[in-house]
Amino acid sequence: MSTDSQQHTHHSAALEFKSSTFSVPVLVLASNDRVIIEQQLQEKVQRAPEFFKNSPLVLDLQELNKRESDINVSELVHLIRKLELLPIGLRGGTAEQNQQALELGIPVHSGHNVTAASETQKQPQAKIDVAPEPQVFATATTLITLPVRSGQRIYAEGDLVILAQVSAGAEILAEGNIHVYGSLRGRALAGVLGNTAARIFCSDLQAELISIAGNYKVSEDLNGTVLNQPVQIYLQNHALVIKDI
Amino acid sequence: MARIIVVTSGKGGVGKTTTSAAIAMGLAKKGHKTAVIDFDVGLRNLDLIMGCERRVVYDFVNVINGEATLNQALIKDKNCSMLYILPASQTRDKDALSQEGVGKVLDELKKDFKYIVCDSPAGIEKGAHLAMYFADDAFIVTNPEVSSVRDSDRMLGILSSKSRRAEQNEEPIKEYLLLSRYSPDRVRLGEMLSVDDVQEILSLHLLGVIPESKSVLNASNSGIPVILDEKSDAGQAYADIVGRYLGEDKPHRFIDEKKGLFGKLFGGK
Ligand SMILES: Nc1ncnc2c1ncn2[C@@H]1O[C@H](COP(=O)(O)OP(=O)(O)O)[C@@H](O)[C@H]1O
Ligand SMILES: [Mg+2]
Repeated sequence: MSTDSQQHTHHSAALEFKSSTFSVPVLVLASNDRVIIEQQLQEKVQRAPEFFKNSPLVLDLQELNKRESDINVSELVHLIRKLELLPIGLRGGTAEQNQQALELGIPVHSGHNVTAASETQKQPQAKIDVAPEPQVFATATTLITLPVRSGQRIYAEGDLVILAQVSAGAEILAEGNIHVYGSLRGRALAGVLGNTAARIFCSDLQAELISIAGNYKVSEDLNGTVLNQPVQIYLQNHALVIKDI
Repeated sequence: MARIIVVTSGKGGVGKTTTSAAIAMGLAKKGHKTAVIDFDVGLRNLDLIMGCERRVVYDFVNVINGEATLNQALIKDKNCSMLYILPASQTRDKDALSQEGVGKVLDELKKDFKYIVCDSPAGIEKGAHLAMYFADDAFIVTNPEVSSVRDSDRMLGILSSKSRRAEQNEEPIKEYLLLSRYSPDRVRLGEMLSVDDVQEILSLHLLGVIPESKSVLNASNSGIPVILDEKSDAGQAYADIVGRYLGEDKPHRFIDEKKGLFGKLFGGK
């Protein structure tokens, strides 16, 4: 018997629990009108279909519930899945909404639970509900030294520095700034979580798409004076500015 | 140490099988014991180009399934005793190959051969994946046109992220560009990308340019790898390529320095 259990300990473990942090987009709803939600979400998805396709998503109903506008979670989830997004969590839901989510196999994020909008809010976090949540942007830099080829996709939680080319058909995304020291021929999206101060720097602009915090231009919109040039790209009054450097 | 070379491209019909046959023969003729494997299960045609189709008894899938030994399946080339061919099955479907099975066969071949050339099927699906997975070197065969270059770029991305070397964090696969079916006249007319255009898009080490040549069709019709046609331009191009791969210093030929389609479209550099 004892030898038996000893033998077991010699086997390498078949599994292990590890703690990891992921950054996942949060969808904060300000309306419970499903038609409007669908319409606006579709617009967003179409701006960067490759980025959004099968992207995980956490639903945030806190704003809605504060205004006591109810929404049916299973209908909402159905609508979101139809747009090829994958809800993986719910936060800020009422007890009933949480129950609906759990029935769909969607975990409930307990941190921001509100049981009912009318309930006295003791938590200090309640204050920041008025303004958009202050966002903390990661500062780590990801360095890529090899070409990013067609079909490849790179996501950096902080800044992204690429010392080689980015091919047409490749996609690079960063929550912070993007620097490309080879030719940029693919798609480059900086500030993907909404950092409007993010910038793109590249030594040879031939991109298929450039975007900062969701404000984008496709290659057709790029005029000849900036093509094949070393440029920086930043946001000014919600518009992309492309300046040579 | 044995080296595994994958001949791949993404796109079909660009000259992978022609190239596999030629370089395998070239390496063998230089005295290196070489095996060439047809990974194109269901479509086998390496054996036709090598002229051994009437001597096929067992194939790659038989070996993987344990229905034949490697020695039973390997066909000795009729022109060169240092060269062996492992044909593909015509009757099986692509799922007959498994990563584990392919790995075993390659490991066994590595004991006996200096070079193992893997002729990849087109596409980026399972067959192409298995052909490149264990590779040490990759010969990227590209035609001078935008879609072929784009597919090659995609294949390069797969080599650098999905291969055994990438998965095990080893030194990456060495990548070489072979620009095939090149026609300087058509480049001059702006109908094709130039060597410079392709190199600029792919930023890859150029191992050689193979001209568009009637000798390729003649060679494959007679079942003799074109490299044995020493008078032909394509044969010489492949001989240069084998030489360069082995470290010989051979200046590039069959290129005409003119700006191609890409240069015209995008203003070049
Ligand atoms: N350099 C060349 N010049 C002319 N025809 C060529 C050349 N290389 C390949 N071909 C032809 O192109 C076709 C496809 O070649 P093949 O080697 O079978 O490509 P793949 O294995 O990539 O599908 C064949 O008909 C072959 O004869
Ligand atoms: Mg072929």
